[in-house]
Amino acid sequence: MKTFTVFVKKEFLHIFRDRRTMLILLVMPVVMIVLFGFAINTDVKDSRVVLLDHSQDELTGRIKEHLLASPYFTLAAEADEVSAVHRLFRENKADIAVVFGAHFTEELTRTGTAAVQVLTDGTEPNQASIRSSYVEAVLASCLPDLLPPGTAPAAYRIEPVVRMLYNPQSRSEFNFVPGVIGLILLLIGAMMTSIAIVKEKETGTLEVLLVSPLSPFVIVVAKLVPYFVLSCTNLMTILLLSTRLLHIPIAGSLAGLVGVTVLYILVALLLGLFISTCAESQLAAMLLSLLLIVPTVYLSGLAFPIGSMPVALQRASLVFPARWYVEAARKLMIQGVEMRYVAGECAILAGMAFALLCVSWKLFKTRL
Amino acid sequence: MKAKPVIIAQGLTKRFGTFTATDHISFHVDKGEIFGFLGANGAGKTTAMRMLCGLSRPTEGTATVAGFDVCREAEQVKRHIGYMSQKFALYDDLTVYENLRLFGGIYGMGGKAIREKAVFLLQELGLATERDTRVQALPLGWKQKLAFSLSIFHEPKIVFLDEPTGGVDPVTRRQFWELIYRAADRGITVFVTTHYMDEAEYCDRVSIMVDGQIEALDTPSALKRRFGADTMYDVFLRLARTARRT
Amino acid sequence: MAPLVAAHGLRKSFGKTEALRGVGFEVAEGEIYGLIGPDGAGKSTLFRILATLLKADGGTATIDGLDVLAHYRPLRRRIGYMPGRFSLYQDLTVEENLAFFASIFGTTLRENYHLVADIYRQLEPFRHRRAGQLSGGMKQKLALSCTLIHAPRLLLLDEPTTGVDPVSRKEFWDTLRRLRDEQGITVIVSTPYMDEATQCDRIALIQEGAFLRVDTPQGIVDAYADTLWAVRSDRMHRLQDDLHRYPAVRTAFPFGETFHVTLHPGASARALCRHLEDCGHNNVEVRPICAGIEDCFMSLMKKSHES
Repeated sequence: MKTFTVFVKKEFLHIFRDRRTMLILLVMPVVMIVLFGFAINTDVKDSRVVLLDHSQDELTGRIKEHLLASPYFTLAAEADEVSAVHRLFRENKADIAVVFGAHFTEELTRTGTAAVQVLTDGTEPNQASIRSSYVEAVLASCLPDLLPPGTAPAAYRIEPVVRMLYNPQSRSEFNFVPGVIGLILLLIGAMMTSIAIVKEKETGTLEVLLVSPLSPFVIVVAKLVPYFVLSCTNLMTILLLSTRLLHIPIAGSLAGLVGVTVLYILVALLLGLFISTCAESQLAAMLLSLLLIVPTVYLSGLAFPIGSMPVALQRASLVFPARWYVEAARKLMIQGVEMRYVAGECAILAGMAFALLCVSWKLFKTRL
Repeated sequence: MKAKPVIIAQGLTKRFGTFTATDHISFHVDKGEIFGFLGANGAGKTTAMRMLCGLSRPTEGTATVAGFDVCREAEQVKRHIGYMSQKFALYDDLTVYENLRLFGGIYGMGGKAIREKAVFLLQELGLATERDTRVQALPLGWKQKLAFSLSIFHEPKIVFLDEPTGGVDPVTRRQFWELIYRAADRGITVFVTTHYMDEAEYCDRVSIMVDGQIEALDTPSALKRRFGADTMYDVFLRLARTARRT
Repeated sequence: MAPLVAAHGLRKSFGKTEALRGVGFEVAEGEIYGLIGPDGAGKSTLFRILATLLKADGGTATIDGLDVLAHYRPLRRRIGYMPGRFSLYQDLTVEENLAFFASIFGTTLRENYHLVADIYRQLEPFRHRRAGQLSGGMKQKLALSCTLIHAPRLLLLDEPTTGVDPVSRKEFWDTLRRLRDEQGITVIVSTPYMDEATQCDRIALIQEGAFLRVDTPQGIVDAYADTLWAVRSDRMHRLQDDLHRYPAVRTAFPFGETFHVTLHPGASARALCRHLEDCGHNNVEVRPICAGIEDCFMSLMKKSHES
């Protein structure tokens, strides 16, 4: 055990003494989150909203007040018919429209559920989805205010039906935080870890470690531990930054999200181990990692919605761990679903971890 | 009348912060001479060599190489020298001929000149059948010989050799020195560092650096007389032992 | 007494290249055994087989009675292996490197200080310096200390002196001899420098994956059958070509300030001397000398190529 601690301490020394490694490990995640966050924040403030109210009663009036009281929306116009909304969009005088049907209040009080149509300008899909998510947030939060005192808000639901005009395939649950976490953890896990292991191959120190009484298992775990710790640190930083600084809510269970992420970190570290067994030089390790990371950016839904890809690419995306992680994390963070709805993704990630472990173990031989 | 020396160093000094790697060294090397540049690890050899090749600016002092000032005319210096080191010599993933074409091209040789010379050179080295072999497939000894021939492919005035024979078998090492002799006979000045002390004996003159300074510079036989030693190895040991630097 | 290391018929190929072609040898306890040969001769492959890192394609090897394949675990505590490209952890200090290598073998610097005291005293002033900032000679000493720290019975040193200057090399060999005399440690060491052969108790000359000869350095020199002539003149650069052109000359290699020459049977040194004078050489000197290890190596190399 003491040997193990000494080994882990040595790994940390390697990391702390290399300024560039530190920069990538600790500063880059913060920069990425802040950049993403502010780029989006400044753009989506003061969205010009068009209201089309076929119901025109007290309830819809109160909802409209809530919408316009939010700092994110300013009123562009009150329209009388859908064609007016389209005209406003085309003339670039509005960014989003909220449409109440004629029977909105009646439906809500009778069935407990009522639909609101949210139309967005899909030419800027990312912003469009953020805008519609704001509308959704306002609708969800104002519900308790609208009901007569004494009724349980849980019994009622306003269901926004989001339609993106001009680009209907773009998905609305876009959110960058799970994507950034997925990418950064892959970078640390796969790239930094594999480089660290291959570096010992290059200096000949790995050979000395292998002929020592240390079991290869201890060597591997000791090399992975620091990167596991750093990944967790990064996860914490990112979550803190996104909730405190960028005010992005975590809709689902925090513990669940952390749990899924830790599983993903494990997969990333094992990927790093796998790469290190294939590569003979640090350069080769880096190239192999890039070979993995670049398609991940495109195929895991980090940046582009998988739903709108050709079928072949959708199939290809199935092998990337990040795809499953991002899907699970989005469900937990944004949709706020219960854990059992991400069980499938978790099982796939666990399966990948197990497969990688087996393959790496076979390749990381006691004898070189 | 004696020709002007091809390398003249005067008070050549390089400091890194408070550390003086090369400390006011002065010497000259004549045309066609084989000049051995010896010293322990860390004595300042590499730093001095880098300055002479125009790769590093002296902190103090001057040097002219092939008639050009290493500070002001570094580009001209580079044009008139060849360089070979044990660490980098050839591109492993290119074929023998591709390497020749590349280095000839770098030094501005025309396609026809390269082709003609390559045929002659490969013949001389006995590598004619290996023209299209990738360099990585050649034995180390052949690689080193080829690398040397490449470093003088463009007929430089001076060739700098940094530990050219490390790890090479004794026969190839001799063949390598035959190539060096032949180059020197053609009038190419050879400036060479080595850890093989018998190779120091092959040089016309030898300088031995200790702690950044040249402690001895003479012909091997004069050095041996001066230190009452039988071999250059003993001379080197005696001088290098005085080093304080580690 | 049984030999500490015994190898029989070791063979290993990497793809088409045969790195070892049936190598067998024995090393007695307390011996410094040198593997002398150029790069690519198969030295590193042999070391890695002995260090339990590589499986031989054929043949067996035992160290201290333990088979390198079957008993590799207990064996690993008894050997100290320094790989050819071993370069320590450059970003750790001298002290941190030593402490680390001690701890992975479950020991401490204090426990085995007596083993490395001799070397460590020279390193002590720099113990807080990073290994990357040490000179070549100092790095070598630190690497040896790290290899010794767990008190192995056998040191496997793969080209420890390559690229190191003659002074540091000499000190290194002095240290090895002290370890042998004072601690009874057995050493198998490889080097491409022929002049280091005489520092060993016994040497194996190795070339292209096969041993050319195994003997004491003196024994190898004594077995040299030809008469060897040292030839010099005042025009050394020209001498090479003129020697090669003379038909009675069998081999002529530059050796420091002279050429070492062997002649075909029946040829006389006096005739050679006259020939050289006719070629315009002055102060020609041709005298018989004793062969060195390098002469032997080259002669054996030639014979193995001819057969």
